[in-house]
Amino acid sequence: MLALTQEERALAAGEQGRGAAVAMRVVAEAARLMGAPRLLPIASAHIDGALYHGDSGTLFAEALVDGGARVSVPATLNVGALDLVGCSRVRLGARAREMARRMMRAYERMGCAPTWTCAPYQAGHRPPAGADVAWGESNAVAFCNSVLGARTNRYGDFLDIACAIAGRAPDYGLHRPENRRATVVVDASGLSPGLRGSEAFWPVFGTWYGLALGSAIGVVAGLQGFATEDRLKALGAAAASSGGVGLFHVAGVTPEAPDLATACGGPDGLAAAHVIHVDGPALRAAAARLSTAEGDAVDAVAIGSPHLSLDEVVELDRLLAGRTARIPFYACTGRHVISALDADGRRARLEAQGITFVADTCVVVTPILERTDGVLMTNSGKFAHYAPGNTGLAVQYGALADCVESAVAGRLVREDRLWS
Amino acid sequence: MELTAEILIPSEDPAEGEVLALSAPISFWGGVDPKTGIIIDARHPERGECVAGRVLALPGTIGSSSASAVLLELIHAGKAPAAILMAEPDAILLLGVVVAREMGWATPPALRLAAADQAPLAGRRVALEGDRIFVLGEAGARP
Repeated sequence: MLALTQEERALAAGEQGRGAAVAMRVVAEAARLMGAPRLLPIASAHIDGALYHGDSGTLFAEALVDGGARVSVPATLNVGALDLVGCSRVRLGARAREMARRMMRAYERMGCAPTWTCAPYQAGHRPPAGADVAWGESNAVAFCNSVLGARTNRYGDFLDIACAIAGRAPDYGLHRPENRRATVVVDASGLSPGLRGSEAFWPVFGTWYGLALGSAIGVVAGLQGFATEDRLKALGAAAASSGGVGLFHVAGVTPEAPDLATACGGPDGLAAAHVIHVDGPALRAAAARLSTAEGDAVDAVAIGSPHLSLDEVVELDRLLAGRTARIPFYACTGRHVISALDADGRRARLEAQGITFVADTCVVVTPILERTDGVLMTNSGKFAHYAPGNTGLAVQYGALADCVESAVAGRLVREDRLWS
Repeated sequence: MELTAEILIPSEDPAEGEVLALSAPISFWGGVDPKTGIIIDARHPERGECVAGRVLALPGTIGSSSASAVLLELIHAGKAPAAILMAEPDAILLLGVVVAREMGWATPPALRLAAADQAPLAGRRVALEGDRIFVLGEAGARP
């Protein structure tokens, strides 16, 4: 049964304005739904509610602004529906564009930082391990919990901004240490080192992981020495697309998993854990699931879900090696990376080689692609998952190197031996 | 036939519709078109079905944290399910209903019903009143 403090009840009753009252009531209602006994203070928020899906979200944000609502903790913003930096052209009609702009402005007026990225953790926003925060955007939630060790549930649109205004979140789920323990051990040590060391493995493994674990918490053995921050980012994004994954542990890599037993809450937890051995055929099936197209046609390439880090753009530049893409090639990233690319002239050079940068948004959340049919190639498990439904294009999945070679050749070029 | 279920989100008005029982979990964002209510996830078994006006039975929800935004848009556009039956409460999807209520818009009720109890209702016409679910007949039949 939810118990609110006197201060919280006063907030919900409108003592600090209508907007704060709406936010407090939404937080309390979420707590009641999820069986939380109380609210807890949060250190920061990452807000996924500023993406335009239709007028309703704009109207809600403006109702909060009209009610005088302001965030009471530091809050970053996930992508919007517009490229405010102006790298790419968003094909929204005039009315939708205006509603999307009003929505983005409303969130900025509530005091949110205009980061406009789905990888805030690579834009300088990294809460310390153990901190309670309220983060939205499924890949950011997975990264925040798993790689940073901060504590957040999977905050949906509207609850994230409500928590940021109220400065509180429902105390349940992944905020509680006892709910962060792994109950499943995933043994990946039987996979070849060549596979585990390849970039293409991580989104495929993440896709398999999400399907196999759903929302259960697992600890993976056998990835120590292969994991990098960008690889864990790709794993989490894919797992949070194919399943309800909000937290995963990687033994010897992530902060709550120095070893398998610790990740499981002790030797008894490890002994009781369900063990899954992941093998080549399981990963081949997951890789096959990511591609929905047949044949060797590729009409466009899109990378950057989650938003590319500077390292990933540097790798793109290295693989392109001075050549030019013959088909549209979209590289989605945040303004934090764009400013670094502008500083050394790299953006202009890559644009001359056929790369279209997309800032503040991405190609599956707003209409940017030139066509609504054909085949999109990507190295992102998350793009592969959402592109068919959101853009109409069929998908070919491949490594970044495959994407670059396909773009230069104008048809599918893919190294498939990795999976055999 | 009559079932009782835990009320997750109440509604003042009784609700009625044909049950669309999903056979796999769904992510509303990327899975349901917010303008029409049609299931657009290319890999979902119920692709092409429409949630608008149906009693939507969900064995589970997955994926994006924007499900609440899609549901709020469906409610605002008049394309929402008539009612929602969920195996487990979900703080993402149902937030769309919570926010719609704060905005003063008419909202569908949400009840908790185990997945095993959802499946037999597939295609049946049901009416919901408070915590009770009345099974009225086959798809398309009038009470």
